[in-house]
Amino acid sequence: MESTIIRSKNFNAYFGENHVVKNVNIEIPKNHVIAVMGPSGCGKTTYLRCINRMHELIPGATCNGEMVLNDEDVYSMHPIFVRLKIGMVFQRPNPFPNLSIYDNVIAGYKLNGIKLPKGERDKVVEQSLSRAALWKEVKDSLHKKGTFLSGGQQQRLCIARAIAMEPEVLLLDEPTSALDPISTSSVEDLLHELKTNYTLIIVTHNMQQAARVSDRTAFFYMGELVEYDDTKKMFTNPRDNRTQNYITGRFS
Amino acid sequence: MDAPVEKDMMTRSSEIPMRVINSAKASEVVNTIKRIKRSYRQIRTENVFKKTLVIIGLVMVILVFGILLTLVVESLPSIKALGLKYLWGKTWDPVQDVYGAFPFLLGTLLTSFLALIISIPFSFAVAVFLGEYYPKGWLSDFLKNTVELIAAVPSVIYGFWGLAVLVPIVRSFESKIGVEPVGVGIFSSSLILAVMIIPYAASLGRSMIQMVPSQLKEGAYSLGATRWEVIRSVIFPYTKSGLFAGVLLSLGRALGETMAVTMVIGNTSIIPKSIFAPGNTMASVIANQFTEADKPIYVSALIELGLVLFLVTVIINVIGKKIISRFTNE
Repeated sequence: MESTIIRSKNFNAYFGENHVVKNVNIEIPKNHVIAVMGPSGCGKTTYLRCINRMHELIPGATCNGEMVLNDEDVYSMHPIFVRLKIGMVFQRPNPFPNLSIYDNVIAGYKLNGIKLPKGERDKVVEQSLSRAALWKEVKDSLHKKGTFLSGGQQQRLCIARAIAMEPEVLLLDEPTSALDPISTSSVEDLLHELKTNYTLIIVTHNMQQAARVSDRTAFFYMGELVEYDDTKKMFTNPRDNRTQNYITGRFS
Repeated sequence: MDAPVEKDMMTRSSEIPMRVINSAKASEVVNTIKRIKRSYRQIRTENVFKKTLVIIGLVMVILVFGILLTLVVESLPSIKALGLKYLWGKTWDPVQDVYGAFPFLLGTLLTSFLALIISIPFSFAVAVFLGEYYPKGWLSDFLKNTVELIAAVPSVIYGFWGLAVLVPIVRSFESKIGVEPVGVGIFSSSLILAVMIIPYAASLGRSMIQMVPSQLKEGAYSLGATRWEVIRSVIFPYTKSGLFAGVLLSLGRALGETMAVTMVIGNTSIIPKSIFAPGNTMASVIANQFTEADKPIYVSALIELGLVLFLVTVIINVIGKKIISRFTNE
């Protein structure tokens, strides 16, 4: 039996008066890739940002309901511990421009004031970059600035930076929407390998991407979770009319 | 700017024959001609307006260079008579015709840098508070306007306030730490200057901090950073050149500030023995002595001080602006 790592119950999120995530109930199994798809403004990114409490950083943003990580309520933990356990990769690659590739990977340690001995630091950098499938490309230029890399490499650097903290869950907010097709496929290949160690939740606009990379798919529409099922089943035999309409391209 | 008007004209003139043929009404022809005449007048107005703007702009440029030229010409006698020795001379004694500007150079640098050191923590704190913690809301508006008001208060009022409030406080402080309790002097001037220059670094710093891309801040937050860590590790490194430019603009302001400093610095033309001693800055010595300068060489020596001050502040401002434009273009 697979174990659940994240569970939301009656979860709602708001921007001021605007109700953007409506009563979402979902259970996310460990070591799977879950795709969250839906049209623009359907609340999928907001829901993702609620999981690691990034949502509340925006002035006026609130939420309620239950969000549980490993039987522990995310909203009664300190947000910093939540974010250490649940890493995040953003839509646009955002390596720190003033840091080298090496320092970008261990930025999480630096920011949290964790001092690792040099040997261990090197190990974390190498291991994270290898897992992010970037080590071979950058091992000779570790001390160059991260912003010299291509977009796809930058995004993989951001993935390395997130997994260097050994999170349990990795949230990816449209991680390939700013990338070219080749970089996109290299990031997608990476997701398959990462799920042995992490649980991945990926928000995507792109249905083909959801079908390619995920084990399960959640379809959001107008703030509601319309359907949540095995990806294969969802794309071949959706239960809800709206899902059917979306995957056949009748609205986007 | 001419293009749309001309195009308008062309469509109008091509319309005329059509209209004349179609309607052939005399009144309409008259109206059309009136309209064309008005268009000509519009073009003329446009040209006059443009020329006026160009002339006004040129006047500004000529004015600045004229001032520089005046300073150079008027200080020539002093430059010829005293040479470079003028800058290093430690004695300023107009009675004996000895003009050494070093005490004033030192006074200016001491007051300005001391003021800078005192003001930086306050300006940065205001910049971070307004740029990152509370960018919106009545409290931040109120604070922002108040800090900007600091720059708008006439400097003679700071001088008054300094004499009435600050100097007695400094005097009692001086007697406590066992230096000669004069009150007026380098230290009091620095304190006044520090207050006066806070808004420059603060408002520039605020706008720079607001320009930090939120994706970078979110990147740091997502790695478990606290707000302070985001400020220290993301915002400061990203904005450091902008913050530095703000400090430079503050420095430029401090170097040239005259009235408030003149009122509290003590007007003494010897090298200050400590930061609590009275002294003079380049600006304050000009203000204090210009009216009593009775010899051409004395006047010329004072004007040369003005020239030095002018050049130093211009250089500082140019560097500051360069940094800002490089920062905002990136």
